[in-house]
Amino acid sequence: MTEGLIVSISSYMPLFAILCPATASVLILLSSKRPNIRESWTIIAGILQFSLIASMIPTILNEEVIECTFFQTMFEGIAFGFKVDAFGLIFALTASFLWILVSFYSIGYMRSLREHAQTRYYFCFAIAIFGAIGVALSANLLTMFIFFEILTVSTYPLVIHEQSKEAISAGHKYFAYLLTAGVFLLFAIMMTYYLTGTTDFTGGGIKALAELGPTYKLALVILFFCFLLGFMKAAWMPFHSWLPTAMIAPTPVSALLHAVAVVKAGVFGIVRIVCYIYGVDLMGTLGLGLALACIASFTMIVANFFAIAQDNLKRRLAYSTINQLSYIILGAALLTSEGIRGAMIHIPFHGFMKITLFLCAGAIMVVTGKKNISEMAGVGKTMPVTMLAFTITAFGMCGIPPACGFISKWFLCWGTLQAGEIIFLFVLLTASLLDVVYFFPIIHIAFFKRPEGGVEEVEVKEAPLFMLIPLSLTAIFSVLFFLDFILRLNIISMYFYRIVEVAVGNVIPIP
Amino acid sequence: MIRLFLAEHYPVLVIAISLLSAFTILIAGWVNKKACLPISLASISVQLLLAFFILHQVITSGTIHYWLGGWAPPWGIEYVVDAFNAYVLVIVLFICLLAAIYSKRSIEKEQPGKIVPFYVVFQLLITGLCGITVTGDIFNLYVFLEIASLAAYALIAVAGGRALKASYNYVIMGSIGACFYLLGVGFLYAVTGSLNMHDLSLLLPPLYGNKVVQAAFVFFVVGMSIKMALFPLHIWQPDAYTYAPSAVSVIIAAAMSKVSIYAFIRVFFSVFTTDFIEIYVPIAATLSWIAAIAIIVGSLIAIMQTNLKRMLAYSSVSQVGYIVLGVGLYSTQWGLYGALMHILNHAITKGCLFLVAGAIIYRSGLWHIRDFEGLGKKMPYTSAAFTIAALSMIGVPPTVGFMTKLCLVLASLEAVEYVFVAVILVSTLLNLVYFWRVIDRMYFVRKEGEEESEHEITKEEAPLSMVFPALILGALCIIVGILWLAGSVTPLQPIVNQAVKALLGMGVVVP
Repeated sequence: MTEGLIVSISSYMPLFAILCPATASVLILLSSKRPNIRESWTIIAGILQFSLIASMIPTILNEEVIECTFFQTMFEGIAFGFKVDAFGLIFALTASFLWILVSFYSIGYMRSLREHAQTRYYFCFAIAIFGAIGVALSANLLTMFIFFEILTVSTYPLVIHEQSKEAISAGHKYFAYLLTAGVFLLFAIMMTYYLTGTTDFTGGGIKALAELGPTYKLALVILFFCFLLGFMKAAWMPFHSWLPTAMIAPTPVSALLHAVAVVKAGVFGIVRIVCYIYGVDLMGTLGLGLALACIASFTMIVANFFAIAQDNLKRRLAYSTINQLSYIILGAALLTSEGIRGAMIHIPFHGFMKITLFLCAGAIMVVTGKKNISEMAGVGKTMPVTMLAFTITAFGMCGIPPACGFISKWFLCWGTLQAGEIIFLFVLLTASLLDVVYFFPIIHIAFFKRPEGGVEEVEVKEAPLFMLIPLSLTAIFSVLFFLDFILRLNIISMYFYRIVEVAVGNVIPIP
Repeated sequence: MIRLFLAEHYPVLVIAISLLSAFTILIAGWVNKKACLPISLASISVQLLLAFFILHQVITSGTIHYWLGGWAPPWGIEYVVDAFNAYVLVIVLFICLLAAIYSKRSIEKEQPGKIVPFYVVFQLLITGLCGITVTGDIFNLYVFLEIASLAAYALIAVAGGRALKASYNYVIMGSIGACFYLLGVGFLYAVTGSLNMHDLSLLLPPLYGNKVVQAAFVFFVVGMSIKMALFPLHIWQPDAYTYAPSAVSVIIAAAMSKVSIYAFIRVFFSVFTTDFIEIYVPIAATLSWIAAIAIIVGSLIAIMQTNLKRMLAYSSVSQVGYIVLGVGLYSTQWGLYGALMHILNHAITKGCLFLVAGAIIYRSGLWHIRDFEGLGKKMPYTSAAFTIAALSMIGVPPTVGFMTKLCLVLASLEAVEYVFVAVILVSTLLNLVYFWRVIDRMYFVRKEGEEESEHEITKEEAPLSMVFPALILGALCIIVGILWLAGSVTPLQPIVNQAVKALLGMGVVVP
């Protein structure tokens, strides 16, 4: 469709960006005996990586793509390489920026709790980011799959960090789900290659796939579901249960990997399939958009009911993640420009908000040792800053200003109207209402409920600054995104909107 | 011109050097036991060097023919080396070299009294393996097959105890296999009066309908299937692999099984041709199905094992299935290619795993997976090598195992055999189950009753001469994987492509 207009620029920038965490991982191993140096590698790599990725923004806004092909693989038509387009850049920016913040947070968290095996932790973390950024920047499905698997394998040691029996069985569940998914994904990729001779992400879908003709209709539908199964990382129901189980991981891991990198890689993949492999038109003809939207709607509603039933804060957040991920899937499934815009913008926004929530949960755990919501009476008084950040982003999750969740939901609602599917508008609104049902009690308990035993004087006791500052920053950013959009402040965060604009333009021809 | 002249002699030199060194070791060992290893190492290194020259020669200027004693082919014995032979020869000698380096410490500990005979027989084994690989005469192949097998029986029996029974089983089964092969040779000789492979491939086509020729083919297939431990004729193999001395396990699992497979493929395609297999004995489909069953059953039995070496042995049963599946799918673009690829891949991976298993037994005397707790800290390098090789077995990109999987999936898709696709993908998960169990034990599972103590675990790494080969193979798992992926940029793909063409084309000789 629009691919002819896109100018591609050859550059090694993506390679350098991805080498940052890879190099860091080696250095971390080498300096395992000196914790301060070890952690500084993470920070340096994070900052360097983010600047490299950010330096690609102007090119992308110019409606160009950055290509970096290493070699033609043994399979004709598949090259191993990176191609940075607007959509990939959104994910890469989000993941790399949040990695910096979470690294600081990790230092505070891991040292406060005197966790064991910290070298392994930082090593695997760096590798996982390597995988996530690789997924974001990949030029085709095969390259993406390679990084996808690296991401899966490298997060296993993080999930079972505690090394208790429970943690290990959680890890096994994690692997059972995600590597089975990998098998489906591999099949789907090879099938796509077999059918079309290419696996490149093409704005508007792969032409050869759309031109296969009606005899392949069933095959294409099956193939799509294989892809969906392959992206179990998106935690759509009924294949979601690995995510709450994986919450046994240390909180920074849950925060970055299970709110941003891993699960977002899943939805990122689904959006890639919908918009860049199948294409909006083909999805519409096959009726797959509707099917996907139904799955997403189901997940949104049911995950919220699950969330209401949870008492463990992290588990509740996990179900909330499942729900929010399906917002993104739903947005893509609507196959309209506003829906896709909402889906794409929700990737960074949900990342920022959910990471704040997780970081708050971790901070509460470090300071008070409390994991369950029912025990949190009075936490709002002891940890005002943390709980304020929590409250703001929880509002954002429900789609209430002043956090950016409102904006993505606005686009999504608009998308449903554009698609003429009023029913999904109701689903969206119901889901948002249910969000309120499980987030507000937390806020209520934290601020307004007296702790049992009625202690009078309450001492303010916040988490270490290493933890407090990152979580405040992410909360501030969540608000900033909102203000920026509403008031047209044109601060730096406006870039996100522009990039999404370009990405939507790539996928759907602007009328 | 003189260099060219020399290269013609390399195939026979490879064998002669090995054979001579066997006797030199015997004499030198009488004088000084310590002389055995250096002589063995030196001769294998020279052989490997020659093998590389042969490979280079074959790739650049075509097949090498050597007439033994100057007798012209149909009457005299001819050594014919094309890309396939040279490729296998390099793999085999490389594994032998590493095994020889490795054997120094392991044999000193396991069999201190039998060093001289060990190296003599070891060298004879290598003679046999090289002989099978370079010869172009089916009876000569039988002779070398017996040399190699007899040497292997002896080497396995060296360990004494249970190894005696294992060796005896192997003798019986191996002899039956060899007899079948010999019967096949006899039948063909009776019909055609020739033993030269190329000559046979020219004489046979008019006789394809002859029942004797067809019977000969079946004898060949069954005989070689026993030798390469194709399910269900594998029963000798687990015991032999398990109870053989560590260095011997490496050779018979990684090198010898490959040579048997080489002989199988050679007879399959170069003596008989694809025409014969397609029209007269349509065995390809049957072979593929047997292979598919082997893949699944081998893995399932491996899951049940508690002894590491035994588990690896059953894993070999399933891996042989991969290669045979590739052979069965030879009519597709990637089938035979994948099979030849996996010869190298499996040699590297399984070699590494057996090296590690031996190192663990050497250092800590542990055979059973359940005792492996904490090995990740005690033997960090050994465990790292194991982890990489295990990931390769599972097929995590970018390791070699992943590349094989890709090829075979693609071949199965092309053949429209979805069952095989499923088999390959399911076997990924089965491999995951039994390999991850070991990794879990090594790194993550805590001993019963052991709490989160951060007490220093002393490093008890295996000696350098044992760790080094394992690490090299571990690194190769990834490097070769990337080389395969990079396709035509690297020298690997042209070699295998040439080999596949020669096999599917007109037999051994490509003028």
